[in-house]
Amino acid sequence: MENKIKIEVPVMADVFAGGRKPEWLFWVGSAGAFDDRYKKVTRAFVKLLTYLEIDYAVLGSEESDSGDVARRAGNEMLFQMQAMTNSEVMNAYGIKKIVTCCPHDFNTLKNEYPDFGGYYEVWHHSQFLDKMIDEGKLNHVSNIFEKNTIVFHDPCYLGRANKEYDAPRSVLDHIPSVIIEMPRNRSFGLCCGAGGGQMFKEAEKGNKEVFIERTEEALATGADIIATACPFCMVMMTDGLKYKNREDDVKNYDIAELLCMGLGL
Amino acid sequence: MAKQLIFITALLVTLAVFAFTMRKYLLYFRFTKSLKLDRFSQRFYETFNVAIAQTKIFRQPVMGFLHAMVFWGFIVILIGSIEMVIDGIFRTERVFGLAGIAYDIVIATGDIFALIIAFAILVFLFRRLFMHVKRFYGTEMKPVSKADANMALSFILLLMLTLLGMNTFYYLDAQLAGHEIAGVYPVSQFIAGLFGQLTQNQVHILHEINWWGHILLIFAFANVLPYSKHFHVFMSVPNVFVSRIDPLGKIETMESIKKEVMLMLNPSASVGNDNQSEIPKFGVSDANDVSWVNYMNALSCTECGRCTAVCPANITGKLLSPRKIMMDVRARMKEKGPGLVKEGIGFSDGRSLLGDYISEEELWACTMCNACAQECPVNINQPSIILDMRRYLVLEKSSAPAGLNTVFTNIENNGAPWQFSPQDRLNWTEEIFMNG
Repeated sequence: MENKIKIEVPVMADVFAGGRKPEWLFWVGSAGAFDDRYKKVTRAFVKLLTYLEIDYAVLGSEESDSGDVARRAGNEMLFQMQAMTNSEVMNAYGIKKIVTCCPHDFNTLKNEYPDFGGYYEVWHHSQFLDKMIDEGKLNHVSNIFEKNTIVFHDPCYLGRANKEYDAPRSVLDHIPSVIIEMPRNRSFGLCCGAGGGQMFKEAEKGNKEVFIERTEEALATGADIIATACPFCMVMMTDGLKYKNREDDVKNYDIAELLCMGLGL
Repeated sequence: MAKQLIFITALLVTLAVFAFTMRKYLLYFRFTKSLKLDRFSQRFYETFNVAIAQTKIFRQPVMGFLHAMVFWGFIVILIGSIEMVIDGIFRTERVFGLAGIAYDIVIATGDIFALIIAFAILVFLFRRLFMHVKRFYGTEMKPVSKADANMALSFILLLMLTLLGMNTFYYLDAQLAGHEIAGVYPVSQFIAGLFGQLTQNQVHILHEINWWGHILLIFAFANVLPYSKHFHVFMSVPNVFVSRIDPLGKIETMESIKKEVMLMLNPSASVGNDNQSEIPKFGVSDANDVSWVNYMNALSCTECGRCTAVCPANITGKLLSPRKIMMDVRARMKEKGPGLVKEGIGFSDGRSLLGDYISEEELWACTMCNACAQECPVNINQPSIILDMRRYLVLEKSSAPAGLNTVFTNIENNGAPWQFSPQDRLNWTEEIFMNG
């Protein structure tokens, strides 16, 4: 089994120096680059990009935080600085198409950066993978999840914020498994509790934490895999499973990881 | 002749009082922040879709259906009410009857709707009085809010009963007098059968009572509404038209800050040459800091509580209730408005929306998930006010929860919410292998 191939992730500055302009920018996002759990998702997605032979690059150290959290926490000044700096970097590389695994960055880049001169065609990885599936480029998903029941938790910034409910579901539909829904799904989906800066602060006084409420709802479905498509949701649902002492029998995976495992990458 | 005079007097009083109230609201609007509307064709579509077709209220199918019946019924019945005003002024009787078959259809539809609406209102009253529907409760739902809701429902019930009474006795009156009957009355015709033993004189008097009762109730209702949460009858449709039509995830850019940021990032750039020394206030701390659309939202809120019922913070017992935010904006403007009108924008009563009505604890509990805005049947956008108040706290008061201040510092220093060096942004790329 020594036919493992090491993946060299192309960095925009290097590719550019070599006189080439990649078709896609893979926007990794702060969580994708630094959060230990989400780094695995980033790697899984890179494997898929490699498998699909996509012409892409990442910004690497030239990427800075999108500013989503700062903006939603009320720091408009900081957000605007981030938006202007990032747009400037991306415009300098003449970037047209962006794909990202983070719905928050997806939303901000797509809907908010145009106010700062950043006009891009922005795709969430669920949409990107859905398209690749439609084009028949991700066939041969194995049956390793055949006996699993998967429940999908809608990220607010993919769903309600941008009305994308179908793409992550059709990616899951492509993986042989049983797919079920929580009572509150799609536009009725309950937030994981991390948005609007909550991820980084103590919760206000209440009788429950939001992530516990949502984890309980997911567990009540009897699913043994909770699929997410957002770094914040992943932190919350994983914490919820730990809190409920269920991390051994119920797993939390990103849709890209499930696809990656299904393809044996 | 006397009747005509009484009618015209009542109508003029109604219009005068209504104009007085509306003028007051218009004056309040002048103190709110300006906001430009664009994309009008999309707005017409949104108004048709959300207001006329009632699509968002159908998210709760049963109650949504009953509400849609009331709304559509009101529109049909409104034609009859306009006819009554013309009849009242010119001493005519059912003047639209000239329209023949079209009139028959409108009147028959209205007659059926009156019964359906009366039934729907009874269901609504029953739910409010005898069932514990969670969204009708909450800290912001004071006894007066509940009384307001029951009052509005009772008004509508009486309107429908007098309408059916008017139709019933009109039908009987015309029948007994051998006149031609204008319009078709599928429901009232049936009710008329129950009153067959009455004399023509009695029938005539009963018709008069119901006719006057109905029109005077409309006049009274129209003037009570602006002081009630049921102002939504007037405000909802225009509110949907002016509501936010961007994707829910998009946050309005603060143009006032943009200039400063551009100068900060590129000091040599000339960003307009206006020598404005006046520093604008960032964010919202009082009712007159909100945009006119925000205020319109507040006036359109009928306190149904669909927003609060889906709010993750509220569901888990936190103080935040999106409905309360809207009610607070309206109440604070009601409190401060007269002073503003009298003394101008500089007026202060030592109180403010932030602090005296809405606490920081409420504001920081929001996850910006947009469930409230998604749910609102009339497109109210609660998060935009919450965010503008957070902006005031952060930009004017530097008052954010400790965890968020750390995030701000980290993003400023190293471009990530956590304390990692930008140079480490590629650490995840080490050792990725394709399994064959």
